[in-house]
Amino acid sequence: MASSNNNPLAVDYNYNIIKLFTIAATFWGIIGFLAGVLIASQMAFPILNFDIEYTSFGRLRPLHTSTVIFAFGGNVLFATSLFVIQRTSSARLWGPDFLHKFIFWGYQIFIVIAGLGYVFGVTQAKEYAEPEWYADLLLLPVWISYFIVFVMTLKNRKEPHIYVANWFFLAFIATVAVLHIVNNLSIPLRIDSTQSYPLFGGVQSAMIQWWYGHNAVGFFLTAGFIGIMYYFVPKRADRPVYSYRLSILHFWSLIFIYIWAGPHHLHYTSLPDWVQTLGMTFSIMLWMPSWGGMINGIMTLSGAWDKLRTDPVLRFLITSVAFYGMSTFEGPLMSIKAVNALSHYTDWTIGHVHSGALGWVALISFGALYHLVPILWGKKDLYSNKLVNTHFWLATIGIVLYIVAMWISGITQGLMWRTYNEMGNLQYSFIDVLKASHPLYVTRALGGIFFLSGACVMAYNFYKTINLKTNN
Amino acid sequence: MLKHHDKIERNSIILLILTVVVISIGGLVEITPLFRIETTIEKVEGMRPYTPLELAGAKIYKREGCYGCHSQQVRVLRDEVERYGHYSIASESMYDYPFQWGSKRTGPDLARIGGKYSDEWHTRHLVNPRSVVPESIMPGYKFLLEKDAQISKIADDMEVLKKIGVPYSEDMIQNAVSDAVIQASNDRDGEVLLKRYGKKVTIRDFDGNPQKVSEMDALVAYLQVLGTLVDFAKFEPLTIKEFNELQQNIKNSQSSHQPIEPSNSNLNNNNGK
Repeated sequence: MASSNNNPLAVDYNYNIIKLFTIAATFWGIIGFLAGVLIASQMAFPILNFDIEYTSFGRLRPLHTSTVIFAFGGNVLFATSLFVIQRTSSARLWGPDFLHKFIFWGYQIFIVIAGLGYVFGVTQAKEYAEPEWYADLLLLPVWISYFIVFVMTLKNRKEPHIYVANWFFLAFIATVAVLHIVNNLSIPLRIDSTQSYPLFGGVQSAMIQWWYGHNAVGFFLTAGFIGIMYYFVPKRADRPVYSYRLSILHFWSLIFIYIWAGPHHLHYTSLPDWVQTLGMTFSIMLWMPSWGGMINGIMTLSGAWDKLRTDPVLRFLITSVAFYGMSTFEGPLMSIKAVNALSHYTDWTIGHVHSGALGWVALISFGALYHLVPILWGKKDLYSNKLVNTHFWLATIGIVLYIVAMWISGITQGLMWRTYNEMGNLQYSFIDVLKASHPLYVTRALGGIFFLSGACVMAYNFYKTINLKTNN
Repeated sequence: MLKHHDKIERNSIILLILTVVVISIGGLVEITPLFRIETTIEKVEGMRPYTPLELAGAKIYKREGCYGCHSQQVRVLRDEVERYGHYSIASESMYDYPFQWGSKRTGPDLARIGGKYSDEWHTRHLVNPRSVVPESIMPGYKFLLEKDAQISKIADDMEVLKKIGVPYSEDMIQNAVSDAVIQASNDRDGEVLLKRYGKKVTIRDFDGNPQKVSEMDALVAYLQVLGTLVDFAKFEPLTIKEFNELQQNIKNSQSSHQPIEPSNSNLNNNNGK
């Protein structure tokens, strides 16, 4: 587009690396959703574990979580942030080609190495931080290069102001680096060993792990994707951001408060009470900046609501922000100790995570990718907007099946575990409760299949779009 | 506000520095005191590091991702205490690197699974969970019977753990392999093992196959020790007086960031006070 423009003011944006990240995001998305469908089916029908070590739920679960969060989500973040930073700075991506290639291939190799490790039983045994020390070390130069390219492009900007989306991208890149380094401090068993022991154990490792874990949500899956929202929603709606003042307020309060929320994963445990109380307090406060962001995103559509009828891509974006609002209300609710006493350890948590992951992160990713693909490959529009609409409904039905099943299953578990009979004894054995979840596990797997098939429709649409004969 | 913010959003370095400052505060406030406040981990009797065989079992537990479906943390809630036993205390996981508290109970909590079922039950259950619990959805782990437990290099693990704060003695590390073999057999004299690790070490052929020390031996040995070490008959929450005394002791103590060592005389550690 811009590169073929004769306008002397036009910037020659670098789209090559973004194309690669876009393709990788689509590919890993499908792999990650497929792994999700498989492990969901294993919970409904345990025979699917095949009783082979490489295919058991315990080893495939991190494969699913890492692939969807770091491979799919990560590649989406690379693609969008490196696109947005150029477009909002009127500057070409800083740095030589090989550095961009290093970021891309380094990250993909990190994913493959980490994923292979899980299947062969190599893990740090910390949720969402499973990659072992050598994979963690490999990620470090990749991430630092990403940081440098981003910041240098920002420094080269021709716009005096840094656009709000880039505040969030910058906070995401910097904070993830801090989280990654601190939570992965460990000593390898031997230099030729794939294993390591972390520097921290017991209660301290619990606190550090959930400081990391919750801020993987807060900065990887929230701040980064809020950055996406701040560029793609106004762009697609052709309207300015609703409130500049609100963006300032919600940026600083979001990044300040999120960091404190980790201990709500450890209520009523042997973590000292004072930390639990702090974690709960800040988690409840977090509701406000979260909704500040949601309001800023949705209200950007003021005066352009009719576009939701005609533009299925915008529908993806706005529905995702609505899901964001829902799960950032549900989160503070579940962080209240009395609620957490019931919800923790149950499928309600899984439902909550997926209303955020599928409803917010994945839907906004799809919306952004649909917007990006025609621009990157210089096409006028997507191959089929009808297929975008099909994808939208497949995804939405999938999400609703998934989260409703998990709500019912989770609350059932929480209630049955604490039910007493007339004699004052516990009414149900553990296995009684598990039996009650079976139909809901089947429903959840079905929801996953809907969601996965939607992503396949998207991949087909991209393939056809890229191969369209008519250029822009 | 807008006028001042103008300066920040025109300068990427100021924006970056302010961001890093703002995101650091919460973590510093919540994490650093856990290393400084001595009452974070209670002083109890009975806690000891894992034996070499149990340690090999703990590694299998992590390798298979058991923590994805099983917690090891009984919360201070009535129904949990009635279902699983005494609520978990911090000192019980002080030698777990990393902690294995988990976040989901697709299967039951395992913090106090030790001693509740026989070795034979565990072995049959791990080989085919549905042979003993028909409705179970747990994967089967029959390969554990066939694989040799990785004990030949378990001393390396103990060396590293010692470096990061687990009180393994030289004696323990040097005898790691033979200790593991002894623990998994019915007919060897276990006196040395009891001398090194205290009376609460179960010594028997866990998997029912005396021919070898299998991964099943290691994993069952680990499961059988979970939650059994602390003597809760002797554990009481601190009174105000005791708390104040403890605070006084801490002030007098030099190594204020070390976790409190258990006062178990069986524990032949050289890392204590």
